Amino acid sequence: MTAKTLLKDPLNLIIVGVAGQGNVVISLLIGNTLVKEGYWVTFGQTYPAQQRGGTVINYIRISQEMEYSPILPYGCADVILGMEPVETLRMLRQYGNPGTITIVNPRPIYSIDIWGGVVAEYPDLDKLLAAIRSLSAKTWVVNATEEARELGNPILANVLLTGALIGTGALPLDAKSLEPALLERFPDQFELNVTALKRGMALVTP
Amino acid sequence: MPAIDVEAPGTTMLLMGNEAIARGALEAGIGFAASYPGTPSSEILPAIAEVAKRRGIYAEWSVNEMVSMEAATGAALAGIRALTPMKQNGTAVIADFLATLALSGTVAGLVLVSCDDPSGRNSPNEQDTRPAAKWLGLPVVEPGNFQEAKDMTKWLFDLSEEIKSACMLRCVSKISHTRGNVRLGEIPKIEHKARYELGRIPRLPNPAGHAALLQKLEKTREIFETSPFNWYVGPDSPELLIITCGACWLYSREAVKILNLTDRVGILKLGTLWPLPEKFVAKYLVKAPKVLFFEEIDPFLEQSVMELAAALPPTSPRPIFYGKRSGHINAYGEQDPNAIIRALAKIMNLSYQFRGGEYDKQAEEIAQKYVIMRSGTLCPGCPHKATFWVIKNALKLDGRYGFVAGDIGCYTAGLGPGGFSVVKTIYCMGAGAGVANGFGQLGRFGFTQPVIAACGDSTFYHAAIPALINGVYNNANFILAVFDNSATAMTGFQPHPGTGVAAMGEPAPVVSIEALCRAMGIRTEICDPFDIKNATATLLDLMSMDGGPRVVIMRRECELIRARREGSPNRVYIDPAKCVGPACGCDRLCTRIFACTGLRWNREKGKAEIDELICSGCGLCADICPQRAIIREAL
Repeated sequence: MTAKTLLKDPLNLIIVGVAGQGNVVISLLIGNTLVKEGYWVTFGQTYPAQQRGGTVINYIRISQEMEYSPILPYGCADVILGMEPVETLRMLRQYGNPGTITIVNPRPIYSIDIWGGVVAEYPDLDKLLAAIRSLSAKTWVVNATEEARELGNPILANVLLTGALIGTGALPLDAKSLEPALLERFPDQFELNVTALKRGMALVTP
Repeated sequence: MPAIDVEAPGTTMLLMGNEAIARGALEAGIGFAASYPGTPSSEILPAIAEVAKRRGIYAEWSVNEMVSMEAATGAALAGIRALTPMKQNGTAVIADFLATLALSGTVAGLVLVSCDDPSGRNSPNEQDTRPAAKWLGLPVVEPGNFQEAKDMTKWLFDLSEEIKSACMLRCVSKISHTRGNVRLGEIPKIEHKARYELGRIPRLPNPAGHAALLQKLEKTREIFETSPFNWYVGPDSPELLIITCGACWLYSREAVKILNLTDRVGILKLGTLWPLPEKFVAKYLVKAPKVLFFEEIDPFLEQSVMELAAALPPTSPRPIFYGKRSGHINAYGEQDPNAIIRALAKIMNLSYQFRGGEYDKQAEEIAQKYVIMRSGTLCPGCPHKATFWVIKNALKLDGRYGFVAGDIGCYTAGLGPGGFSVVKTIYCMGAGAGVANGFGQLGRFGFTQPVIAACGDSTFYHAAIPALINGVYNNANFILAVFDNSATAMTGFQPHPGTGVAAMGEPAPVVSIEALCRAMGIRTEICDPFDIKNATATLLDLMSMDGGPRVVIMRRECELIRARREGSPNRVYIDPAKCVGPACGCDRLCTRIFACTGLRWNREKGKAEIDELICSGCGLCADICPQRAIIREAL
């Protein structure tokens, strides 16, 4: 069993984004590392039929006691990592509670339903972030897409957000412990991904 | 993720249920695996194919589920343990073969993995395949977690050989397609030697064959009575007994914990579902005054156990039954922890709030203001989107109220705005061309609407060919549009008979769609859907013809595969001086109608813009803008 203890058992993490943003990759980085460190991890997913455009939800349950189910009960999220602001709020609606902490990338991705005339427009970003804050115990807004662009590729936003998540201290992981999983996943771009991870960590204070 | 055979036995890995099933098959010493991709089963065969060569195994993507089941049976008859995974729709397709397979039995272990998709998240329907196993006479088991997905698969090969029958492992999406801890076992080293001993598979005449099958199933029931995959947790005399299986076992255990009911509620978790281990179940059934069934899709255990209860001696105590029949659990849709928490709270008279009522109210109010819908759609740069654009315009120009008879694949999105809602029928693999054979005969009854059947390249090989032959033979008037993106894209880019590669990565002959069609005497045209003008003209020309089927192959590689290899081909941007917004008269053709996810409408500026995070650089939108305001520059 592991030496570190969890803030709470089970620790319920949601990583949410839009198909194509790469949230499954970071869920695997975290999940694989935690299993190697001796935790029970269940990683559930809900995803659309097509490869791009819909909401992709990853539920990660972490425990030192037992195996949990692949879907969270309502209102049971401890941490929500939102790669997109509307999706973050969608998760708070179902899974948030007064103790939930959120890490959110404020870069909007429009939905096809806006253009199809189903809804009028993408909500005002400031109001959206205020709404997220009002439903969270603490919120970190991390400009991951912009920061990743500065590193050379906006797709690095996912690893950068992983760094931010680690930086909040919510998970029993540090940058070092994620390196083997990063090396395995990105053998050719390991250094760049470690840079992204550390940049993300530096953007939050616990 | 490393391949499933790399880590040492005893290591714990975070495996997807499907990978655990694949690992279980390796640990059982299989020599043969065949499948057709279908979510939630799609990852099983690739996990085996990846290691097949070094493990001395043969793995293939078959042309469809029927052939994969038959091929696996051939291997098993010759003494090679064989696995065939498929989704629920595949299991439905192979029912005819299974019915006679149940009568013939097998020599080596033969396991069918049937992955059910509750809520039909990645399917045209939700369908429980456990009743099919019972109907056709095959034993069926279901894993309740990831470890069991592996262990049960391994054990099922032993059972299959012991009872000399093919066996079904039913798995639901939330085990198949989610991940959990799995401790690995040993993979045996086997030198496979195949030989079909003639005469070892006696085919008894009816009804003697059926009688023999029933005996076999009784023997299976006896084995199931002591199976380690069935267990009870809870107090000796529970107030309520939950009977459950699959992912619902994990939800049940969590619900009992959350509601603090561990001293009052027991859980009977079943892994061997049919034939039902009746003595084992009856032992617990008579101990509880109330029983709640919790399982995915059909009330399968619910009905089996109620049938058992009806056959108990008249003096036996009888519980009150709750579940799908009583309405405490929905008889449709995917289950989750909330469903069992609600049902338990209601039956046990508990009040349970998931979080404070104040938070609930606030979250709902806020979400209704800001949470917009986000429907799935076709990817930016998708050639199918171009094909749908061509079809939409051709149907409009033709003006005879034509439509598309749709099929199964990414292009099913043609039902919605992503494909301009031109698809008006959707059933199963190959059904687009199938129903077009009916529409195509109705000219004699005054039917004048042009019918365009759709199918993907993989779907063409899978199930459209017989319908096309039927159309030629009976002179059915329709057009078959083959959405050829050279990939089985929706399920994860698996190769097929048109791609020149087979499952284990070796080169394979290409079966030419156009050569097949032309050999049938069908007029067959090939278009690049990105050449909108030419493709539309070709389609209109085919629509102006009468007589038997015509084929148009809309050929362009899946954008995701192309982009992975080559990156973005163009820089695409909008010249704000040329985009005149509402003054144009196009009524936002690019963002409202064409609606690629890479295009955004900026309300404040009243102009379109490109979302460079999403745009693939395909540049198709440059051809549809009436102002030529969208600029495509080759990189």
